[in-house]
Amino acid sequence: MRLQYAPNVRIVEMPCSGTIDHRVLLQTFEDGADGVFVAGCMEGDCHFLKGNFRAKKRVHQVKKILDEIGFGGDRLDFFNLSAAQGQRFAEIVKIMTDRVMELGPNPLNKSAKKEGGAA
Amino acid sequence: MIIAQQKPVKDVAAMISNCKKVLLVGCAGCVTVCLAGGEKETEVMASSLRIMRKMEDNPLETVTYTATRQCDPEYVDMLGNMVQDVDAIVSLACGVGVQYLAERFNDKWVVPALDTKFIGGSTVHGNWEEKCGLCGDCILHRTGGICPIIRCSKSILNGPCGGSQYGKCEISKDVDCAWQLIYDRMSALGKLDKLMEFQPPKDWSKSRDGGPRKAVREDVMID
Amino acid sequence: MKTESKLQKILDNGQFAVTAEIGPPKHSSAEGIRHHAEMMRDYVDATNITDNQTAIVRLSSIAAGVHVQSCGIEPIVQMTCRDRNRIAMQSDLLGAYSLGMRNVLCLSGDHQKFGNHPTSKNVYDIDSMQLIYYLRRMRDEKLFFSGEEIKEHEPRFFIGAVANPFADPFEFRVARLEKKVEAGAQFIQTQCIFDMERFERFMEMVRERGIHERVHILAGVTPMKSWRAAKYIQNNVSGMIVPDELVERLKNAEDPKREGVEICIEQIKYIKENIKGVHGVHVMAIAWEEVVPEIVERSGLYPRPKVD
Ligand code: SF4
Repeated sequence: MRLQYAPNVRIVEMPCSGTIDHRVLLQTFEDGADGVFVAGCMEGDCHFLKGNFRAKKRVHQVKKILDEIGFGGDRLDFFNLSAAQGQRFAEIVKIMTDRVMELGPNPLNKSAKKEGGAA
Repeated sequence: MIIAQQKPVKDVAAMISNCKKVLLVGCAGCVTVCLAGGEKETEVMASSLRIMRKMEDNPLETVTYTATRQCDPEYVDMLGNMVQDVDAIVSLACGVGVQYLAERFNDKWVVPALDTKFIGGSTVHGNWEEKCGLCGDCILHRTGGICPIIRCSKSILNGPCGGSQYGKCEISKDVDCAWQLIYDRMSALGKLDKLMEFQPPKDWSKSRDGGPRKAVREDVMID
Repeated sequence: MKTESKLQKILDNGQFAVTAEIGPPKHSSAEGIRHHAEMMRDYVDATNITDNQTAIVRLSSIAAGVHVQSCGIEPIVQMTCRDRNRIAMQSDLLGAYSLGMRNVLCLSGDHQKFGNHPTSKNVYDIDSMQLIYYLRRMRDEKLFFSGEEIKEHEPRFFIGAVANPFADPFEFRVARLEKKVEAGAQFIQTQCIFDMERFERFMEMVRERGIHERVHILAGVTPMKSWRAAKYIQNNVSGMIVPDELVERLKNAEDPKREGVEICIEQIKYIKENIKGVHGVHVMAIAWEEVVPEIVERSGLYPRPKVD
């Protein structure tokens, strides 16, 4: 299966979405990412039982911080996705890239070109 | 342990708005356990402040460090060199830590990033409750191990008041009536007669009302 | 212990007492208080003056007591533990006595959370039980709360307390009442009674312990103006019980205000005739003081006994 998705997406692999750390998410934005999404396994499919739920909560916490400091939590999101859902992955990438296009570049990165990241 | 909570990042940012470089100091004691000012929270705070300031085109440089305890001079001393070239120190400890830093580095602008709330413990992960009123004269042996000084909204010693209903305090359906808890416990222990004894007023001079308190153990003093 | 209280004389004579309540205003004019006092004068033996009730700032209880007294009614000064430490309490009580007040009602006070100063600090230096105890000791042993001697002119109050049969834990309510009596309470006013059955059970336990022989219990009643008021109390006021039947009765009434008065009169008559150990009624017509004379008269409690 060959699917098209935006070329400006960088994938960071993690053993489990539950290992995502608030600091890493904030760091991606400091480093210039325009948008970030965390893809966790489908609910109920977590190998470690609750990793994906925890990831989701953490992402929401960081969204809150980003809103609070005026950066905007919309640049960050969480999706449930299984390894078999290539189609869905392409869809999500589109959702996020469209959203980021609308929001414009990372405000910390005034002159930089648009860029996306995924973890 | 001491339970604290982070102030809004904006409030902290406002305290250091004219600084170019700040040192954020976490504490590995209570505030690490209550997830308010440990290493991770300190870094998250630093990152949030940096993002905010960069957006304002007024970048902020941060240094982070987590002290073993901010309420002990020897650990505060270890900050030494880090302090020299910063414009301010942001403490992510309880109010004690903030004061220790301010005292030790008396020419530095020291600001609190946390609100120190109470002493208590966790019920489940992420939920903390106040348990002790720090009155300086413990009476838990008379109240079934439940502190009415702080857990009763009116600090009543001969409770419960007339607002107790269905196990809850008159101030909120989300607050247990401490005296209902005391009654239940004493009842289970077969000690209800104890609650018939008149409890005299507290000697508040042993509490905050005696002025700032001290505790001394001469036998452990060095020199 | 005898005091100069007229209320005490009536109660000690075994007469069925009637007290009412006057709520001071949220301003500095005593006109309304005096109006209510004059209206009630011949119909009640004494009136309570609430002390910043529900933690809303109002004209002070003691000052209002002076106005009430000058209109010819004996005041019962309410004193909550919420707003004063033991120094302020004693100072106010000495002052109150010097102004002619002879009755004090000791209570915890509503938490300030629901008042008009929710960000204030509450005091609760001592609780209502301790206030009762020390007030008695002040009179009987001539001692300040600290134990220091009062050399002369100790205040000699007739000491009242409250009991709430509708709060929890129910089994402990009678015990706590007894504790107050042992501390020094001489008369008790109960929380507003709407659930008569529960009050009867409460009084049964009171009689079992013989408490009614050691203290004068005045049953608290409140006329209600509308079913909405009843519903509000039912749902929002902690420590009160309003049975559904009462709400329904008000709802179905053609003239709910009239019905509220009728219900109150029925309650008083019922209590007086059927519940042993009750020595009087306390009519709390909240923001409806005008209705007190009618209630007293139609309950067969008029005229009031004369005391000299
Ligand atoms: S309801 Fe219970 S906890 Fe609340 S003030 Fe009264 S006695 Fe204290």
